[in-house]
Amino acid sequence: MSDPRSGQGYESAVAYAVAKQLGFSKDEVTWKHVPFNTSFAPGTKDFDFDINQISFSPARAKVVDFSDSYYDVNQAVVVNKGTPIASATSVSALKPYELGAQLGTTSYQFIKDEIKPSKQPSVFPSNAGAVQALKNKQIDGLVVDLPTAFYVTAVQVPNSKVLGQFPTQPGGEHFGMVFQKGNSLVTCVNKALSTLRSDGTLKQLQQQWLAKATGAPTLK
Amino acid sequence: MSALKVEGVHKSFGPNEVLRGIDLELEDHEVVCLIGASGSGKSTLLRCVNLLEPLDAGRIFLAGEEITRRDVDSNSVRRRIGIVFQAFNLFPHMTVLRNVTLAPRDVLGLGRAEAEARGRELLARFGLEDRRDEYPDRLSGGQQQRVAIVRALAMQPELMLLDEVTSALDPELVAEVLSVIRELAAGGMTMLIATHEMSFARDIAHRVCFLEEGRILEQGPPHEIFAQPKEPRTQQFLERIIEAGRL
Amino acid sequence: MASEGDRRSDPEVAERRSRLLGGLRLEGEGARGVAIALISTAVFLVAIVVAVTQSAGWPEVRRTFFDWGDISGSFPDIARAFVLNVKIFLVCEVFILVLALVIAVLRSLQGPVFFPLRALAIIYSDLARGIPTILVIALLGFGAPALQLTGVPRSRLFWAGVGLVLVYSGYVAEVYRAGIESVHPSQEAAARSLGLSRFQALRRVILPQAIRRVIPPLLNDFIGLQKDTALVGTLGVIEAFNQSQIDTNATFTYGSYLAAAALFVALTIPLARLTDWLIARDRKRRQAAGGFA
Repeated sequence: MSDPRSGQGYESAVAYAVAKQLGFSKDEVTWKHVPFNTSFAPGTKDFDFDINQISFSPARAKVVDFSDSYYDVNQAVVVNKGTPIASATSVSALKPYELGAQLGTTSYQFIKDEIKPSKQPSVFPSNAGAVQALKNKQIDGLVVDLPTAFYVTAVQVPNSKVLGQFPTQPGGEHFGMVFQKGNSLVTCVNKALSTLRSDGTLKQLQQQWLAKATGAPTLK
Repeated sequence: MSALKVEGVHKSFGPNEVLRGIDLELEDHEVVCLIGASGSGKSTLLRCVNLLEPLDAGRIFLAGEEITRRDVDSNSVRRRIGIVFQAFNLFPHMTVLRNVTLAPRDVLGLGRAEAEARGRELLARFGLEDRRDEYPDRLSGGQQQRVAIVRALAMQPELMLLDEVTSALDPELVAEVLSVIRELAAGGMTMLIATHEMSFARDIAHRVCFLEEGRILEQGPPHEIFAQPKEPRTQQFLERIIEAGRL
Repeated sequence: MASEGDRRSDPEVAERRSRLLGGLRLEGEGARGVAIALISTAVFLVAIVVAVTQSAGWPEVRRTFFDWGDISGSFPDIARAFVLNVKIFLVCEVFILVLALVIAVLRSLQGPVFFPLRALAIIYSDLARGIPTILVIALLGFGAPALQLTGVPRSRLFWAGVGLVLVYSGYVAEVYRAGIESVHPSQEAAARSLGLSRFQALRRVILPQAIRRVIPPLLNDFIGLQKDTALVGTLGVIEAFNQSQIDTNATFTYGSYLAAAALFVALTIPLARLTDWLIARDRKRRQAAGGFA
């Protein structure tokens, strides 16, 4: 992960943009490294907010405060290039295939509730198994969230591609910034995010830093 | 040409030399009884004749053929020799008839009908035909031993070896088994019998051999051995037997 | 047995008599004993039920584990998935019984010329029992297809089945071996004396007896196999355990685990009773001819 101070990278850019909305210049922002799992654990925080691909969840929200979404995580499907499924262009076209997802994820729910395939899907205890199965062509398509999908195609499964992403689900996964419980700063940040969203800054930043995100067509 | 010839046989189990040079010859239709104390080597000798134990030294001839040569197929030799053990060793998972017909069918290649006919005839001869569909655990010891003898006879052997076949039986069951053996002897079967039943041996044997510590100390017709043994140790042995009321 | 002039006390004598009669109770003692057993069991059960349902955490436990709606709701899906478990163990068991027998027989071959086969059997047994089953299934289920060799099947079910067969054959071969060793050598001696070859003796005399003797442990391993079919879920295949996990993850209650457990237990109980019955019935036959069986 590159140095956030540089402003390079989506989250770094969002953080600086929010800070700017709150009236802080770039030099006035300091960064601190916090291990992922402690960021949303209960207790006093020695940061104002943590921005690190942390998904909102009700369980976590009981012990820390989340800002509104600064990134909506869509589900996506990864396939092997050159296989029959790779030419599908809609959700219904995915029905006859054997899909897979990790146990207990929104990805599995998505397969079950939205795609409703005719073949029994596969459900894996770990994502590692799911990825292996895709690589071995034991499943036709792997449903994961979009960031993970890019990781899978870039690093894990050669000759695979992100076939497409699915429309944002209401109540779908989103990333929020994490604050210590009761920190009144949340309200200010949410206002800032709302502005950045409506004036298109968030979208522009996503385009700039997550260029590939727009490269995955939305399957309907 | 003798039916059986045992020449210079030695056999050890580890440091323990059980047979120390046995020479013995049986003619056709001869009945020879081996007597001697436990551990004298009687059982071991019989097992060697049947090729169940390999020899350390010596040779054995069956009808003139050396059966202890390396290139001899021991299975085919054992077809020609019938042996009955002290512990009857019937196959518990098979009926009496099946026990009797197993080897004739699998080894001699007899068809089922033929093997069963032969088996039933033999069983009938010894009064066991009505037990043919029973499992061994339903028979008395005496009946089981008689079945074991029939099982060996079904192979139509040239020679029968009997290893203390009445020693494990209750006294009242011994007689029925002995009568079977008597009948076989009367029928001309060549037999080598290891036994403790001295009066029986005196009755049916053509020749009695006294074994002591792995050697045949003395042999001769029963009236000689039992009435006028030459060797002092033979005498001692017989005296002990008489005391025990077995003669 | 008690006799005149026996100075031992009556209870001692009664106890010894009871032992001699194989634990059978004499009349009078019998009826009273049964009544006491019933009453004490009833009291014990009532005490447990009261203690559990009155405890502080019970409502929460009841909601998480014993909610009937939860259990009955997840049951149909789990039962459907369970059919796969059943198919897996039925097919695998057939292959296991055969492969394990081959290995056990190889192991029992005597003579220096057969040494390589014996060694092979030993190595196989050690590996099959030494590697955790879940590892074997992962190795074969994901690893074998990854080789992308022509003719190598991709199906995860196939490889999971192969994995279960290979592992269980190692254990079952040991069971067969114990059975073969337990047949008294005099049986083989009797068979060989009749002129049967070593192979014929094995086939007709030793193995039939050996296998009959080890039917209880064979059934025991079969029962274990039924449970291990759940491991196939690690490859993503939806069988009963995987399905129950899916349901649990959706609701965060564990009634679905109980539903899956109930299905597995329902299969085990009849087999366990069958095993008990077979032990009782076969005990008689074992005490056969010559007392050496």
